[in-house]
Amino acid sequence: MDFKLTEEQQMLQDTAARLVRDAYPFEQREKFSESELGFSAEFWSQLGELGLTAVPFSEDVGGFGGGGVETMLVMTELGRGLTLEPYLQSVIFAGGLLNQLGSDAQKDDLLPQVAAGSLQLAVAFDEPQSHYNLHDVQTKAEAVDGGYRLSGRKAVVIGGHSAGKIIVSARTSGDSRDETGISLFLVDPNAPGVSRRVYPTIDGRKGCELFLDNVQVGADSLLGDVGNALSAMRYQQGRAIAAQCADALGSMDEACKLTLDYLKTRKQFGVPIGKFQVLQHRMVDMQTELEQATSMAILAATFADGEDNDERSRIIAAAKYICARAARKVAEEAIQLHGGIGMTWEYNLAHHAKRLVMIAHQFGDDDHHLKAYAKLMQVA
Amino acid sequence: MNVNYTAEELAFRDEVRAFLKSELPADIAAKVKLGKHMSKEDHQRWQQILVKRGWYAPGWPVELGGTTWGPVEKHIFDEECSAFGAPRTVPFGVNMVAPVIIKFGTQQQIDHYLPRILSGEDWWCQGYSEPGAGSDLASLKTRAVRDGDHYVVNGQKTWTTLGQHANMIFCLVRTDPEAQQQRGISFLLIDMKSPGISVRPIITLDGDHEVNEVFFDNVRVPVGNLVGEENQGWTCAKYLLTHERTGLAGIGSSKAVLAHLKRIAMKEVCDGKPMLEDPLFRAQVAEVEMQLMAIEMSTLRILAAAKEGGVPGAESSILKVKGTEIRQAITHLLRKVIGPYALPFLEEEMQLDYDGELLHADYSASLAGDYFNMRKLSIFGGSNEIQKNIVSKMILEL
Ligand SMILES: Cc1cc2nc3c(=O)[nH]c(=O)nc-3n(C[C@H](O)[C@H](O)[C@H](O)COP(=O)(O)OP(=O)(O)OC[C@H]3O[C@@H](n4cnc5c(N)ncnc54)[C@H](O)[C@@H]3O)c2cc1C
Ligand SMILES: Cc1cc2nc3c(=O)[nH]c(=O)nc-3n(C[C@H](O)[C@H](O)[C@H](O)COP(=O)(O)OP(=O)(O)OC[C@H]3O[C@@H](n4cnc5c(N)ncnc54)[C@H](O)[C@@H]3O)c2cc1C
Repeated sequence: MDFKLTEEQQMLQDTAARLVRDAYPFEQREKFSESELGFSAEFWSQLGELGLTAVPFSEDVGGFGGGGVETMLVMTELGRGLTLEPYLQSVIFAGGLLNQLGSDAQKDDLLPQVAAGSLQLAVAFDEPQSHYNLHDVQTKAEAVDGGYRLSGRKAVVIGGHSAGKIIVSARTSGDSRDETGISLFLVDPNAPGVSRRVYPTIDGRKGCELFLDNVQVGADSLLGDVGNALSAMRYQQGRAIAAQCADALGSMDEACKLTLDYLKTRKQFGVPIGKFQVLQHRMVDMQTELEQATSMAILAATFADGEDNDERSRIIAAAKYICARAARKVAEEAIQLHGGIGMTWEYNLAHHAKRLVMIAHQFGDDDHHLKAYAKLMQVA
Repeated sequence: MNVNYTAEELAFRDEVRAFLKSELPADIAAKVKLGKHMSKEDHQRWQQILVKRGWYAPGWPVELGGTTWGPVEKHIFDEECSAFGAPRTVPFGVNMVAPVIIKFGTQQQIDHYLPRILSGEDWWCQGYSEPGAGSDLASLKTRAVRDGDHYVVNGQKTWTTLGQHANMIFCLVRTDPEAQQQRGISFLLIDMKSPGISVRPIITLDGDHEVNEVFFDNVRVPVGNLVGEENQGWTCAKYLLTHERTGLAGIGSSKAVLAHLKRIAMKEVCDGKPMLEDPLFRAQVAEVEMQLMAIEMSTLRILAAAKEGGVPGAESSILKVKGTEIRQAITHLLRKVIGPYALPFLEEEMQLDYDGELLHADYSASLAGDYFNMRKLSIFGGSNEIQKNIVSKMILEL
């Protein structure tokens, strides 16, 4: 075992950390969040220029050839700065789906653009009734002359408001919760029949509902085989979860630092409140959660790009469970230990808290992953 | 021992139910049930209905417009009001400053202020906390200096709930900076329209404007607005805090919100089945329901003991801690039950009069915001850590 970073990995982390520190002070983030785009176009292009959007892609499409550890390092720094750009959705999740399922033509066309950051993608898997179950798909894709016709509704598509293309899961056969019969399509959000209701999210980002009303797509929009997408969806969501855990880690680390700092400076009853043992122990508990989450994020990162098997699925589920729980605990405790000030919009801690709690609401909450783990748990 | 309501108590409950059924405006109840924010007008409309029935100020002496209810009647009333979706009474006038005026004020103050509270002419807010004085309230610095028939007030209050609606504020101010901390404090009633007062909103993490900062710059307050004696304000403050804490467990409203959770959990689906039929989720709902059952019993037990001998003491701190933990647990489950729909932040759908297309359901827009907003329960009214300090000192004698 060796937990040390290579020199290259260390450089990557430093690059990401420096960029976030310089470009993402909290006041700037507020402005980005309130803008129509909902994030910083400039920061997004800097991610491209510095090669950070290229990290997980192979060298032949202009990538950096990085694996789970490299994306973890980038995501941790992006989380620390509470950045708003759809890096996880576009680069890791959608990019991964394209890379795994795309035809040579699709990959040649799109991957270099995604790796360069010039094309932003989004993933639309959730539906109003699906409650994190990827196989619960009611959106229909009917084979028609020259392609498919899509109808249905996709829920809470983060980054879908600004995406150049959206990867949509739809049913080409079977009933709503069958595991087979699900296919993926690359949908142009400006195509006739597509409409979006765009909204901000409570953690400061933007997303949309995606409505598909007899949307005509060409045969070349199909991603992967017909009716067989579920295992790739799960695998790539696993990569997204590993990245999400790292995102949470950066934010948790920051929330712990802010709280520790506050315990040392805020005075009540003539002493810094950090002198009260009950608060010391609470801070220790937060730090312990952070340690546990760090371990699981690392474990998930090292398995994220590995072989698709039960062991990997268990580790991903466990990582999400532990990190989502830790994130909520850290968020709630950080607010509590700050008192009233921790509840205010103008203090960045409150925004970390919101992000940390919302980690559970994408790609499955702790209950979802607890059940997933229990199902896969080895009994002997 | 008999843990059931007596025949009289049951009759009282029926009377309250009949009243709520016929008098609570449906539009107000609908807003409360969907967690929408109440306007000042909504509060005042409901207040006038209660005043007419003589039930707005249950804790006051009858001759001033109160009732003869004991703690059990108050509990029943509170629970039924919550169950029917009546707005929670804004406590600052009727339940906070009024008991202090009744106990420590002059006849003139009683005659002047109490009718104005009932009529809604005065809307009060609470000016205790300061940037440097939160849990350590006695370290407050806002200064009041006697100048003829006036006090001249300088300083700052913060976290003033609904101060933007208020025309009156009751403040703890320092009148003797030389005295030991608690001794030099006075309880002062201040007209918010006095020259030199400014109010600045504080936006909370859920995007709401509920609290404010209030600044005092050479504000002249008539000496007749002092309640009790000069430098004896801490006695008033402590008296008020025990009154404040008894209502903070919020059993009635937790029960109503739990019922709301169950309704929603029957509508939201996971794997084609209602969330409430998911064994893991159902168990979590069951757990808070059992906790709530226990705290209701504890509340009634502690209230019954107090019936013999006045207001509950440090036991109310136990109720506050547990009661707020339960309420926070319910809001956590409410956020969880809607899955990804906790993410959209739909300010327009949270508005009182929104009648456009709903993104998901009429109940969903406010749930994540509510969860964050309810973090306040363990912070204000004496933080839960401070409550535990009280229990360990007063009950356990540690
Ligand atoms: C099964 C067993 C095996 C042991 N084996 C050994 C051994 O091999 N060699 C050996 O030398 N000793 C051994 N011990 C003794 C052990 O180290 C002591 O029990 C331990 O140090 C605690 O001391 P105590 O029992 O006197 O409890 P106390 O120190 O009296 O503590 C009582 C409680 O107060 C808490 N407490 C104490 N101080 C503080 C503080 N400052 N802040 C907050 N909380 C505090 C403690 O955490 C504990 O909950 C053993 C004990 C047990 C139970
Ligand atoms: C939404 C909201 C509405 C409010 N409304 C009003 C209002 O209308 N009027 C008003 O006057 N005030 C109001 N308050 C203020 C509230 O009473 C204070 O926030 C509260 O007293 C805590 O003070 P603080 O925020 O300064 O936190 P601090 O006192 O700084 O506490 C920070 C942390 O330290 C802990 N702590 C402090 N001392 C100790 C100790 N001795 N032992 C262990 N832990 C300790 C606290 O529990 C907390 O976790 C409101 C607050 C909020 C959040």
